[in-house]
Formats: sequence, C-alpha cells, structure tokens
Amino acid sequence: MKVNPDPEPQEEGPLRLVEVAAAETVDPAMWDLRLYVAGKTAKSVAAFENLSRICEEHLAGKYKIEVVDLLVHPQLAQGDQIVAIPTLVRKLPEPIRKVIGDLSNAERTLVGLQLRPARSGAEDAS
Amino acid sequence: MGRVEINPDTSNRTLPKAATGIQGLDDITSGGLPRGRPTLVCGSPGCGKTLMAIEFLVRGAVQYAEPGVFMAFEETSEELAQNVRSLGFDLEALARENMLRVDYVHVERSEIEETGEYDLDGLFIRLGHAIDSIGAKRVVLDTLETLFGGLSNAAIVRSELRRLFRWLKGKGVTGVITAERGDGTLTRHGLEEYVSDCVILLDHRVTEQLSTRRLRIVKYRGTTHGTNEYPFLIDDAGISVLPVTSLGLQHTASGERTSTGIPRLDEMLGGEGVFKGTSVLVSGTAGTGKTSVAAHFVDAACRRGERCLYVASEESESQLTRNMRSIGIDLEPWTANGALRFHAARPTAYGLEMHLATLHKMVNEFDPTVVAVDPISTFLNAGTAREAEAMLTRLVDFLKGRQITAVMTNLTHGGTAAERTEGGISSIIDTWLLLRDIELGGERNRGLYVLKSRGMAHSNQIREFLLTDRGVELNDVYVGPEGVLTGSMRAAQEAREKAVTLTRQQEIERRQRELETKRQALDAQIEALRAKFEAEQSELELIIGQEEAAAQRLRDDRKDVERIRKADRSAAERSDA
Repeated sequence: MKVNPDPEPQEEGPLRLVEVAAAETVDPAMWDLRLYVAGKTAKSVAAFENLSRICEEHLAGKYKIEVVDLLVHPQLAQGDQIVAIPTLVRKLPEPIRKVIGDLSNAERTLVGLQLRPARSGAEDAS
Repeated sequence: MGRVEINPDTSNRTLPKAATGIQGLDDITSGGLPRGRPTLVCGSPGCGKTLMAIEFLVRGAVQYAEPGVFMAFEETSEELAQNVRSLGFDLEALARENMLRVDYVHVERSEIEETGEYDLDGLFIRLGHAIDSIGAKRVVLDTLETLFGGLSNAAIVRSELRRLFRWLKGKGVTGVITAERGDGTLTRHGLEEYVSDCVILLDHRVTEQLSTRRLRIVKYRGTTHGTNEYPFLIDDAGISVLPVTSLGLQHTASGERTSTGIPRLDEMLGGEGVFKGTSVLVSGTAGTGKTSVAAHFVDAACRRGERCLYVASEESESQLTRNMRSIGIDLEPWTANGALRFHAARPTAYGLEMHLATLHKMVNEFDPTVVAVDPISTFLNAGTAREAEAMLTRLVDFLKGRQITAVMTNLTHGGTAAERTEGGISSIIDTWLLLRDIELGGERNRGLYVLKSRGMAHSNQIREFLLTDRGVELNDVYVGPEGVLTGSMRAAQEAREKAVTLTRQQEIERRQRELETKRQALDAQIEALRAKFEAEQSELELIIGQEEAAAQRLRDDRKDVERIRKADRSAAERSDA
C-alpha cells in the first residue's frame, strides 16, 4: 500500500508507472488507482481526501493511489485520455474505469469503481 | 481640432488575418480567418468540416510556416492521416517535422462515472501542452461537441467551453472549431454563442441526384466578406471554393482581334474576326455544323501558335479528330505538339460545380488563349436550368477575366425560337453566330448569320454555310425576285441566270458585228461617191479650162480684126473695158 498524502508535484511520477506495472504482475488482486489533478485546488484536495477514505473503507490493504499533477506532467494526460479534472482512473483490475469529479458522492464513486453493482442501469430502465 | 475621422484608406482597416491557403476561401474572406481568434465551421455530417479544418492546418504549416495542433474528438490520428493521404497531405511527415501535432481525445461515457464538481482543465492542459511543444499558431478542435455526448453535466461543459474560447484567444492562436449542424440552429449545442467572430456554414445538397457542396460565411465580425453561398468541391487537391461571382465585371476589354479561322466569317465580323477574350456562341439545331465552326476556331488558334483547350461533352477526342479530318481540319498535329488539349467528359458524370472546378483547374494549369466548350447544352442536363446558367455565367466570367476567348456551341431544338438559348445565357455572350437549316426545294441547306456581335459593325447577311473537304466555306445566298435560294436551287438559279446573261452577251456581240458591217458598207459608199466626185471635178475643170482658152482666143481674134480694120481706138478701148 502506498499512499501519497499530498497531491503536490512529484518528480518521480513517470518512474512510478513502471513500478506499478511490475506490481500488477506480482499481485493481480492489487487495485491500482490513479488520480489526475491540476495543481492543488480545492477540488483536487477534496477528491484525494474522499478517495483515501473510500479506499480505506472498502479496499484496505490492497490498493495503490498515485496522484499525477498534470501541471507538472502535461504529457501524461494523453495516455489515459484525461479531459476532466479531477479524474480517478482505475488501471487495475481491468477494464479501465474512470470517475470524474471531486468524489463527494461515495455511492457513485463505488459504482464507478465497480465496488458496488450499478444502480443507474435499473434507474434508466424504470 | 483633434477630431477623429473615419479612415478613408480601406487597406489597413481590416483585422489581422491568417490565410487559410484554401483555394478561393481567402478571396471571399478577404484574406483568411481572423488571426488569433476562433472560427466556427459548422455543417451537417459529410459536408467537409474536418477536411477544411485539416487543410487549414496543413496549408498553414506548409505554405505559411505556422505549426498547428489538431485535437480530434472523433477520429484517431491514424484514421485522420489515412483519410487525408488521398489529398496528398502527409500528416506523419508534418508531425515528424514538428509542424503538426494530432491529439486524439476520446471520451467514452460508458466507462465514466461522474460525481461532484469537476472542470475540463485536463483538456486545457493537453491543448496547452500540444501548442507549447511545437509553438503552434493554429488550432483545430474537431468536433468539440462530442464532449456533450461524453459528459452528462451540460452546464459544466458549457461554462468550460466558454472558458476554453476565451483561453484560446488569450493564447493568440487562430482556431477552427467544427460543429455539427443542429435542427434549425447552426450547431447542435449552440456553440455559435461562444464563437462569435467568424462562423462558416458548409452545406451538402443533393438536387436531382447530383450533389453540390456550398459554403457561406454567416458572420465575420470586423471585416467585409462575401455573403453569397459559394459552391466548393473536394477533389484530389483538397477543397476549392469558387468565388467566381466575387470577380465582378472588372475585366479589361481587349481591342485585339482574333480570327475565327473562316475568312468569310472574319469578313462578316467587321473584317477582322472577334475580339480577343470575348465569348462566342455558335448555336443551331442538330447537324448544322457547330462543331466544325468551333474546330476551325481552334485550328486557327493552334496555327498561330496559341494553346487551346477543347472541352468535348458529346464526342470523344478520337471521334472528334476523325470527324474533323473529313472536312479537312487536322487537329492531330496540335494535340501532338501540345498546343491543343482535349477534355472529354459527360456532363452528367458529375455535378456542375465539379465541372466548373475541373475547368478552372485545367485552365490554370494549361493557360490557353482559346477554350472551346462543345456543346454547353449538355450541361443543362447535369443540373437545373438555373444552376447551369449560373455555372456558365461563372465560366464565361472566369475566362473573360483571364482574357481567354471562349467558343461555345449550343444545340437548340427545332420548334423553339432560334434566338433563344435554354440557359438564358445570351446576355453573357458577346458574339452570337446562328446556324440554321434552310429547307427549300426538297433539300436542307445550312445558313449562317451573325445574330449579334458586341462592339463591331457586323454583317447582317445570311451566308450559305458549306462543309467541304477543305473546311467550312461561306457563300452568298441568292437573293432575287425568286426569294432567298440556297443549295442546288441557288446553283440552278445561278445557271439559269448565267444562260440568260450569255444569250444577252451573244446578242450584243452580234449587234456590234452588224454595226461594224454597216459602218464598213457606208465607208465604201462614201469612198465611191468621193471617187465619182473627183472624176466629175477633174472633168469640169478640164471643160472650164477649154472654155477659158476659147474666150481668150476670141478676144485675140477680135483684136486682130480691129487691127486689121483700123477701127476707132476709143471704140475699141470701150469694148475692152
């Protein structure tokens, strides 16, 4: 488990991607989450706090959060198709899922991460 | 006084502009798109938005050395590169040279969950990064509205787009934003509200199974621009907008004359042929020899060493060459030495705009002095009458503007007035030759006359038009008490007249001979009389001499007698007196 408590610029960001990829092969049960932010704004701080809380509750001990500050690494936005900020990307387990916003709604975040069955489908049908 | 006055100089009034390099578009926008501002290009699917946007970037990079960023929301960079390769645009090479950056933005709604507040800073960062990495001056966002499909919070998207356009202006990049046309609105999501500097609308219309693309500048703040709908087309060289109507009537009229290749016809046209750079229409019913007249024109121009473009819309090149050889016009040497170029295509093969653009292109490449279009009537089948008329008007305008003499033939149908052209194009024609059938005495002959010829004193006579193996010949028609006669009737009438003339001639000669004989007879008589007179005269003179001698002798005798008688002197003197 590796938590970066501060979404401050990190110079070793791209380096860590390699570590993550290695971790995947070692432990397929590991959740690999990446939070894209742009500077230390209220929204990104809120998103990080909300995400940490949810992970501790539901994925204690088997998750990894990486915060990527696009102001520092703008070239990383293209790879994960980032448009909105903040965006949470679930790299693992597959398939890739994205949750955008400050993650203030825990229910929707869990649905987005597929930790809870989506109810939106049922709502749409009704 | 310090009063502010309106700047009378029109050259420095307009906004700074970024030339698109797209053929024709810069003409109607008087210079290009507003520099440093976004332009909205909207239209229905398949109308060429993406292509116009990409051409804007590619030409910007290649012709104006302005690097560009293409942000694609719909196609990946590979797909894009593939799509425009047929136009000769090599996106990969431009990307290698850092003149172009393509960023494919993919927003898949099904894998995105939204919760709480967010903004589109990610997009800004990506765009900003792409712009900064190559120092881009031009940006394309194609098609931004897919964001509305990928993100459910339209209010956020809207406010973020507003911010995006402001941000783009702040960056000083010239932008092109494409958008799908909405129902009754310019764009589906009302982007025109945010992009207010320049809006270009593209349209793709199908009328009578022929499609025409059109472009209109809906709005262009701070500059004058063409307001019409301009046809444009997409071919292997990209987009060309045809701003022909914007050319106006400013072409200079040449005083130079060009021979039609038919001496008698030149004679009818004030002795010198038509003016250079004017339009000549040869109209007539089927088989009246329109093509032959056009071929003469072309042949004469090639003979003078000029270049000709022959647009044949009914016959193939070889058919035309063969047919013209039969009347003694050999076009083959001219095609061989490059003076003559044929362009044979059925007008119905593609739309009128495509034809017009093809002609534009060929004329630009080949730079001829004479363009023959044979016949223009088939173009009327390729579109509606009004479109065809507009197309021909623009064609004539274009050719006139380049001082090219246009020779067009037009097939008129029997029954309609010969003075009428279907296209209603007569008003744009400078010299109009009318070929017509004259049916008389069981045969059909051709007559030619000059219906009008602007700017010259032209003949008002009908000439008989003959196709011989030495080309076209014009003969005087017979005009006499029997009416206007042509063909064999003219020949017969002429023979008859010749016979009559001959008889009369012979009569005159006979009378002259008679007169001569009479004169000779009279002369002989006069001679005889004179001889007689001379004979009588000499006889009389002889007698007179004798009489005088006798009288003398008598006087002498009397004197002798007096002397003998010694007569009175005075008496004798008296008798002497």
